[in-house]
Order: sequence, then structure tokens, then C-alpha cells
Amino acid sequence: MPDTALPTLKAKDFTSDQDVRWCPGCGDYAVLTAVRKVLPNLGRRKEDIVFVSGIGCAARFPYYIDTYGMHTIHGRAPAFATGLKVSNPDLDVWIVTGDGDLLSIGGNHTMHIMRRNVDINIILLNNKIYGLTKGQYSPTSELGKKTKSTPMGSIDYPINPLSLAVGSHCTFIARSIDIDVKHLNVVMLEAAKHRGTSFLEVYQDCNIFNHKAWFYATQKETKAETTFMLEHGKPMIFGADANKGLRFKGGSLEVVEFGEGTGVTVDDLAHHDETDRNLAFTLSQLAYPDFPEPMGVIYRNEKLESYERMLHNQIDEAIEKKGVGDLHALLHEGDTWIVDDEE
Amino acid sequence: MIVTTEAASEKKPVEDQSLESVAIRFVGDSGDGMQLTGGQFTTTSALFGNDISTFPDFPAEIRAPRGTTYGVSGFQVQFSSTDIHTPGDIVNAMVVMNPAAFKTNIADVEAGGIVIVNEDEFTKNNFKKCGYPEGYNPLEDEQFQGDYKIIPVPMSRLTRESLADSGMGTKDIDRCRNMFALGIVYWLYDRSIDPTVKFLTDTFAKVKNKPEVAEINIKALKSGYYFGETAELFPVRYRVAPAKLKKGKYRKISGSEATALGFVTAAAKAGKTLTYSGYPITPASELIHHLSRLKHFGVRTFQAEDEIAAICATIAASFAGDFAITGTSGPGIALKSEGIGLAMMYELPMVIVDVQRAGPATGMPTKTEQADLLQCMFGRTSESPVIIVAPQSPSDCFEMAIEAFRLSVRAMCPCIYLSDGYIANGAEPWLLPDLDAIEPIKIEHPTVTNNPDGPYLPYQRDPETLARPWAIPGTPGLEHRVGGLEKQDVTGNVSYDPDNHENMIKTRALKIQKLADIIPPLTVLGPEQGDVLLLGWGGTYGSITTAGNRLRDMGHSVATAHLRYINPFPKNLGEVLSAYRTVIIPEINMGQLRLLIRDRFMVDAIGINYMKGKGYMVQDLVNETLAIMNR
Ligand code: SF4
Repeated sequence: MPDTALPTLKAKDFTSDQDVRWCPGCGDYAVLTAVRKVLPNLGRRKEDIVFVSGIGCAARFPYYIDTYGMHTIHGRAPAFATGLKVSNPDLDVWIVTGDGDLLSIGGNHTMHIMRRNVDINIILLNNKIYGLTKGQYSPTSELGKKTKSTPMGSIDYPINPLSLAVGSHCTFIARSIDIDVKHLNVVMLEAAKHRGTSFLEVYQDCNIFNHKAWFYATQKETKAETTFMLEHGKPMIFGADANKGLRFKGGSLEVVEFGEGTGVTVDDLAHHDETDRNLAFTLSQLAYPDFPEPMGVIYRNEKLESYERMLHNQIDEAIEKKGVGDLHALLHEGDTWIVDDEE
Repeated sequence: MIVTTEAASEKKPVEDQSLESVAIRFVGDSGDGMQLTGGQFTTTSALFGNDISTFPDFPAEIRAPRGTTYGVSGFQVQFSSTDIHTPGDIVNAMVVMNPAAFKTNIADVEAGGIVIVNEDEFTKNNFKKCGYPEGYNPLEDEQFQGDYKIIPVPMSRLTRESLADSGMGTKDIDRCRNMFALGIVYWLYDRSIDPTVKFLTDTFAKVKNKPEVAEINIKALKSGYYFGETAELFPVRYRVAPAKLKKGKYRKISGSEATALGFVTAAAKAGKTLTYSGYPITPASELIHHLSRLKHFGVRTFQAEDEIAAICATIAASFAGDFAITGTSGPGIALKSEGIGLAMMYELPMVIVDVQRAGPATGMPTKTEQADLLQCMFGRTSESPVIIVAPQSPSDCFEMAIEAFRLSVRAMCPCIYLSDGYIANGAEPWLLPDLDAIEPIKIEHPTVTNNPDGPYLPYQRDPETLARPWAIPGTPGLEHRVGGLEKQDVTGNVSYDPDNHENMIKTRALKIQKLADIIPPLTVLGPEQGDVLLLGWGGTYGSITTAGNRLRDMGHSVATAHLRYINPFPKNLGEVLSAYRTVIIPEINMGQLRLLIRDRFMVDAIGINYMKGKGYMVQDLVNETLAIMNR
């Protein structure tokens, strides 16, 4: 609950005394900077913020943020975050963790925190590899990925984090890129403001074990052709010359050129609607090289109550109906009898 | 002997006979309402003033096909005019609702015992369902007729007749058969039907708003009672006088209820809020059922997506400052072990309830066992000691639940509350405690930093208890991070320093051992020194205590003691052990406490080990003890 006495905080107020130990050039640095920049803008006190992580490179995050923090066990960050919110709904809880943690060992908890709409923020640092264990393929690695554990190429199809989020009824779903600092900040702020579970996938470069995995989408030369920025109510346009777009065809989208001589106008293009879950799923499925990949807020639903609010509402309701529990009465309820002759 | 209505019609006056105690068992199909029937008989006997001890025996299947042996559900209660601790070794009287129940239970009835049978269910078809050979009717078996007083009563028909003009359907009417049976038993043991009438009215008429259902059940109950009176099936009517219990107000309580009440009381005594996270598992689910009804006490219950999520949420709730609990059974403890290790590493207080069941793997979920002791003691990576307490009876659950939190917050270490299905489902009279006499639990959440010149020091310990401070989110200036990586003492920073690591391992163990200073010494029943000490823990308390009493009555030098604190052990345990020539440890496992005792105290303890999914028969314990003494 923000109040008037809120201190003015800066990014450095959220910087802990611990040395950051990621590899030089790791994409995690940019995300850390973005988080430290976003936190002072939330109108929250430092002491009310808790960062939670699982295991992995990204999971070192809480050590570097000067708030309360929990570095937990592999895959379980969402369960810890839920426990925090059940206990204290006023805390601002963040999960920052990687693709192996959140989608492989922790897939179950990820699905359930989303469907419960616990009011927390999840930042997925997706680098499509296991970094901390030195380079095995991850659940988001592409089919055929050659790693130390898959010398002949991986034979499992990757999971799509955004589709999983849509399927789990996550109420805020977005995507951004580690090195696009401006965009990352904007989207992260939106995610933080959302009431309910927010899920932000960040394309993150592991420059040691999976360098350039996202270069198609992150580098200046290609990104205009391989990604596009979503804006609510606006047409879906991409391309270096901004002359390509997406148009509905049947139940899905197709790439078209528009403008003079094409017979297609801007009005013919699909317009983004953040509140449309079906569209969100369609967008989540767009993948390079057949399609440009969407960036920004894919889905947003502010109408659903959070799990912890409903839990506390039930407590309030019970107290209203029954009055504050009387321990003596509770112990003495039911059938009781008195023994009065001494032994 | 078969007692028939004809035989009884010769009008002999009914005699009264006083008995010290009676063990009665209600058995039938899982759809026959035997748990409710047994529960009602128990409540009525408790209200009458008897000491009671119960043992519900659920089938593994929720609704097995009707009439099969694996669908048989039973409820045994011993009621007594003296102090008792077990539901009884041998059944003195049994109510049998169908042949499958007869087949699976008859061997437990004492020679000459009363067996009241719903003969209408003893049909060809039902004989077949439970696997009796064709053409065989156990009620006509001369062997059985010789061994027991079998009393066939056409309960189905009589119930239907008595409710014929109720206007209710046959299905509803047939559901009242158990009340008819209960009525007979109430008459036989001279109990009042009033408590059950009140129960039926409250449950069906008031809560479920089905007064017509209450009405037919009450009518069936009364019909059964009057049938007992007028049919004169029984030449004697038995009386079991009220027990001479300690003065005070009593209530019948099950282990699960007492545990829930204990936790709520602990939270109240500490001024804390209770948060329970759990995943449904037999036989621990009762706990979340009880606690989720106590929302007006501020209790938060979270049904997690799995066992792991439940322990993780519990750890987080503790980090946030709640009295946090998770509850499960053996398989859940296995799943939670990584989390429990982390909680120990974080040095946060919480209680992990293990209602043990028969294992390994899925095992026999509805049956009891004590075989998780070593799992709880050691079942984590590396050196991960936790506090362990073990309630010894249903009513003891209340006190031990409070103790679990008292110890856990004092040492800032998780505490495993090691119960079992026998305790959790069993019930006994409970002398209601004086709430004011229960010591408050002192909690301190620091509000000012312990290091004004630098970052807060989350692992700066209390020199006496070695506990670290419990600083919680929301407190300005105390921001800190907890993690599973080894921490430097005092600062809590990640550390790979070898000496620090060894120091931390020792400190985490030592602070648990220091709790021995505040836990009560082990008490002994019987001679303070002598030939034999029967040492137990957990749900075997009743049978071990009763066996000890019997052995002493026989003139033997036998003492009993029961451990409610397992890690750490009471300080005087070594002394107690050394006062007896032989230490015998009965356990429902292969000798897990024995292993700990032998290791710690170099005592050549001898085990009596049963693994049958149920408690000890007192007589077996007596015989085995005598056999060991005569070796
Ligand atoms: S291994 Fe990869 S993800 Fe991990 S810190 Fe190094 S660069 Fe970053």
C-alpha cells in the first residue's frame, strides 16, 4: 500500500553489497540493470519487496538486489512465491529464473501459479541452454541441438513458454529482449503494475554456452524482419521498410505486404487486442523463420481476482460470519462431560 | 450357540451383569456407515463417563463393490470403568452387517463372545461375493455356533417394517440399518440413545436441512433399542460403570482434531498466524480438513499442487513470519526432503507433520506403521538434522503440537511432528486443558539492525540458543537474502570456506541438542530400576503401557517409558536405560529406534518388531517380553 511517506529510491538503492558473478557479456547483466531501474518506479518500499529464484545462473539474481530475497531449490520458486503471498499479500514478489528451472524441473509449479493468478511477477531469462551445469540442451532448445549431452542432436521438441502461459490462463503475458534496454524497461514496468501473475519472457544471450542463439531476433541487421512490436489497438507491422504486416486468414495469421501496389491497406492488417486470449495463443505460436516473433504485451486481463486476495477474503468473511475465533470455545465445543468425583 | 427369537420367548427375566470393560467392533460394508455407528457409540460412552479408546479400520477402497471382503470397514471401541489405553486386544462383542465382514473379522472375537448379525444379508449371493464355498452358510457352521453367541437379527426387514409408513424410498430406509443395529447395542449395554438422537437431529435436520432423514434414522435407532428390550434375545444386559477419571471437563477427541487444536493454540500463545500448506494424502488429509474450518481464527490453508510445493510454500510462509505447517505421510516426506533440508539451512521455524502409514512406496495407506523414523531423522542430503517430536496418543497430540512450535522457534529449526494413522484416527477422552496454564511462546522479530555500520547480519546468533534472528520482510533496514548455498556464519553471505562449513554443520546440529535443556525428562512407569524397561515411542504407548501394567501385576520387575522427544532425546535417557538389566524396544518397524538407542548409548536393546499394519496386541507384547526374560 503506497503512502505519502514513500522514500525516493534510486537504482543503486537496490544494489546489494554482493559482487555479481555472471560471465562477462552475459545477458543477465542487462536484465539486472533493468530490474534495478524499474523497482524505484513502483511506489513500493524496499522492505516490502522479495525476490525469489530457483537454481541456475539466472537464479543468482536475488543476491544482487538489496531487498528481501530467497534463493530456493531447483524449479520451486513459484511455490515459494505463492507461500509468501498467502502469508503476506502486501509483499511485492518477483521470480527471476531460467528456462530449465521454470519450464523443466519447475514446469508444474509454473503452470499452477499462473492458473491461480497469484499476484507476482515472473521474469524468465530464456537462453535455451543449461548454463550453470555447463551446457546441456534445455526444454526451450530447438530440435537437433548438439550439446554435451546430445552429441547427435537433441530429439525432443521444445516447449513454447508463451503458449504454456496462455494455456495456464496467465493473466499477463509479455516478451522482450535482454539488450533492448528501453523496451525491456517499458514492458517490465507494465508487468510489475499488473495485478495477478505476470509473465515476461526475455530472450537472453548465454554467451558462453549458447552464444548468438537469439541473434536473429536481437541484432540490428535482422531484427526488423524477424520481430515486431505489439501495441494494443495498433496494426501488426514489421520489416525494415515497415511494409509488411500480419493479416488474419481463417483462424490464424499470414504475412502480407501492404501499401501502394499491393492491394492491401493498413486497415486490412490484424490489430492487436491485449484482451483476446485466442489471439494471444495465435501470437505465441508465431515463430521465426516462418513468421516474425511478437514482442511486447501479448495478453493482459486485469479482471481476475488474485488467489491470495480470495484466500484472505474468505478469512474476512468467516470472521464476519462467526466472529473472531474464541479459542476457549473451540476447545470446549462438541460433546463434553464433567467428571466431578475425585479419583 | 445360536440364540433365536423362539428360544428367548420363554420369558426369562433379564439379568444385569457388571463388566469392567468391553471391546465392541462394528463391521460391515464401507457403505454401511460403520464409522458413524462406532463413533456414535463412542461419544455416548464417553458422555456416560467411561474411559474409551477407539480404532477405526478403513478399507483401502473408497467404495469397493458391495459385499466383497476388501470393502469391509470396521470400527472398534473399548469402553471401560477403569483407565485404559488401547481399543482392546480381543473383541467381546461384534455387530456384523454382512458375510464379508463376518469372514474377515470373526477370528478376533473372544471365545463365547457376542456376535450380532444382520441375517438378511446372509444370502447365497453375498456368500458368493465374499468367497464362501457354495452351499456354505457360516451361521450354520457348528464350529462357529460352538465358539460364539451368534444372534441373528433380520435387521434389514425390521428396519423396513418400522419405517414402512415413513414415505421414504427403500434406499433411504436401508441406510438406517446401522441405526437399528446401534439401537440394539445401546439396549444391550444400557446406554442412553439421547446423544445419538441429538446428533442425528443436529446433523440431518439442522445442518443438512433434511429433517425427514433425521426422523427415519431416529426411528430406526429407537426400533432397534425396543427390539433389544422386547425380543429378549439377550439373557443378560451388561453394565460398564463410569471410569474414575481425573476431575474436570472432558471431550472425546481424535488425534487429528487434537493436532489441529494444538497448532491453533500454539499460534495463539505466540500471537502468530497459522498457515497450513498441504497436498491430499491418506491419512494426513484430516488435518487440512480441520484447519480449513478455522478461518475465523485467521488460519490460512493452501492446498498445493504437490507435496513439494506444499513444503516450499511452508518455508516461504515462515520466512514471511507465520507459524507455518505442512502435513503429509511417508511418501510425502520423501518428496519434501529437499525442501526440509533447505528449511534447515535457512534456519527457519516450521512444523512438518508426518502421519505415518504402512509402507514402503504406496504401501497400505489406510494402515499404520512407525517406519518413517529414520527417514525423518536422516532422510536428507548431507548433515541435515531437524527436531523430532512424537505424540503418543490422540489427546497427547494437542500438547505435542504446541511443543513442536515451542522448540522450532527457539532453535530456529524445522520440527518434524511424527504421528501415525493409529493416533490420528483413534479417539479417547481428553481432559480439557486450562488455556491460561499453557506457557506463552516467545517470539521476537527484530525491528532494528544488528549492524548499524553495514548490511544486516541475518546469521548473528543468540549465544544461548544459537538461534539466528527471525527478521521478516516488511521490516525496513533488515533486508537480507536466504539461500541454499553454504553461508558464512553471522553475515549469511555465500561461503566456500572449509572451516566455516564445518562450523556451520556443527552449529546447526548443536542448537538442536541444546533443546534438551528445556524438554522434560523421560518419565518411567513402574520400578525405577529393575529387570526390564519397555521403551517405546509414538502410537504404541497404549499397548506398551498396558502390557507393563499386566507384567507388573504378574509380579515382574518391568518398567515402561515412552519417548515423545526423539531429536533431541530427553537428557536423562541414558540414565534411565542404564537402570535396567534388559531394554526392550517394541516398534512397528524393523528396529529403528533401537538402532538409534544402540548407537547413542551402546545399550544392547532387544526389539519386538511387528509390521502388520496395525498396533500391538497387549497380550502379544506380554508374551514376547516374558519370552525374552526367560531366555
Ligand atoms: S553460463 Fe551463460 S547464462 Fe550463465 S552466467 Fe555465463 S553467460 Fe550467463
